[in-house]
Amino acid sequence: MSFLGFFRDKLTQGSPGDNGNADRGIMVFEHTGEVIQAEGALKRGGWEIRVMGPPPEIQSGCDLVIEFPLIERLNILRTLEKEGIPPLQMVPVTGPLLQPVDIFHVKDFGEYLMVRAANMKLTVEKATGMIVNVSGGGCPDVPYLASAMVGRSLGDAPSPREIGHTLCGYSLQLAYEETRRRCLV
Amino acid sequence: MLGIAGTIPMEDVPLLTGRLTMADGDILIEGRRIPVNRGTSALIGAAVKTSEVLGTPQPFGYIVGDIGRGVGSRHLYKHLADTFAESAFHAFTFHYLQPIVHWHNRLQQVIHGMEKRPVLIADAGFMYVAKMSGHAPMYDLFTPDVGELAFLADEMAPHPFYTRGFILHEENRVPDLIARAYEHNNAARLLLVKGETDRLADREGILCEVDGPVEKAMEAIGGTGDTLTGIVSALICSGMNIKEAAAVAMKTNRRAGAYSRPTPATQVIDIIRHIPRALEDTLG
Repeated sequence: MSFLGFFRDKLTQGSPGDNGNADRGIMVFEHTGEVIQAEGALKRGGWEIRVMGPPPEIQSGCDLVIEFPLIERLNILRTLEKEGIPPLQMVPVTGPLLQPVDIFHVKDFGEYLMVRAANMKLTVEKATGMIVNVSGGGCPDVPYLASAMVGRSLGDAPSPREIGHTLCGYSLQLAYEETRRRCLV
Repeated sequence: MLGIAGTIPMEDVPLLTGRLTMADGDILIEGRRIPVNRGTSALIGAAVKTSEVLGTPQPFGYIVGDIGRGVGSRHLYKHLADTFAESAFHAFTFHYLQPIVHWHNRLQQVIHGMEKRPVLIADAGFMYVAKMSGHAPMYDLFTPDVGELAFLADEMAPHPFYTRGFILHEENRVPDLIARAYEHNNAARLLLVKGETDRLADREGILCEVDGPVEKAMEAIGGTGDTLTGIVSALICSGMNIKEAAAVAMKTNRRAGAYSRPTPATQVIDIIRHIPRALEDTLG
């Protein structure tokens, strides 16, 4: 059985609200990159959504889903179809979801500031906002993101959300957002 | 011979296999020139420099372009699953690959069937998939940093992104995280943990530590963990046992960093250039 076939079977089990989230659903996409794009589109539209890990029984390790208010299902689907990134599935939440890391470690090197989210670290020169290093991670888009971002300023570097594809890329996005919050006030 | 498998961040690079060398700071394989960035190219650069000092054969590479979509990684997994049984490496290092459990397990079945296995070393994405597949103990050496160690210690996390907060808060208690990783069989036979203090450990606990020279900027420099993995891989392939190789590699990587007089803006190629001198000093 394919991964997605397995996923679909599992998602039909149980009843909505098993964990008290009867009003929430999850959207499943084919690639992490699509999750990242969809999150951006929905947040720009003002939707109350969260990127989460899939239910434990279907984890393959590199997956993200988007938790959304079920009542907004049609509006959200319309938004994503308009963006060209419709989800593969939209189903009620039937169990606990993995919580992405939400702890930031910040290290001040004097002229430089390093922000870490999960396994990814972003370092900037404080005076210029120049991204001087990206470290950590193990997915193939990490060196790609580093080559696109290092040497550019926080203001004009591409964001990991735009060009990343994996959970490491998503972690770097969180570090990037936290760094911007601290440096571009 | 040392084998190295991993990806480079160039979408148009097909699967390349062959001897790895360096020229003018770039990696050469099958006539292609690849710039050294963080990731597998940094590991290769360190392994090539180490091999040059030791006078051992240059590593053999399996390299493919992948910018995170996983296409190149799948191609590489398939090639390894099809050919690995016929290989005769003394040591093999798996590095930046998209963590894909079913491809890892296909390759793992091939390795299980080999009469004589190489020393198996895993880092980065391949270490993630080795852990999440539940087969970590079949590997001889993992080389996590402290954040990745927390992921290995969290029996529930399928990726470092999902490491639970109460475990992340334990990062200053590395011995506890090592014990927890072994308790749940999520560690290789040996762990080389990269950090402010580098540590080698096994199921019984810490075997050795190296904490100098201290260059705090190293934490910010992308690729410094990859260079450590490259150095230890080449040393193991030269015939050193893993414990001795790890001790030499930890000292050499830190020395190379110190010789580069690093700032948080230093790039890893500037550290790789100092590996030959650092290794010669360490070996005395």
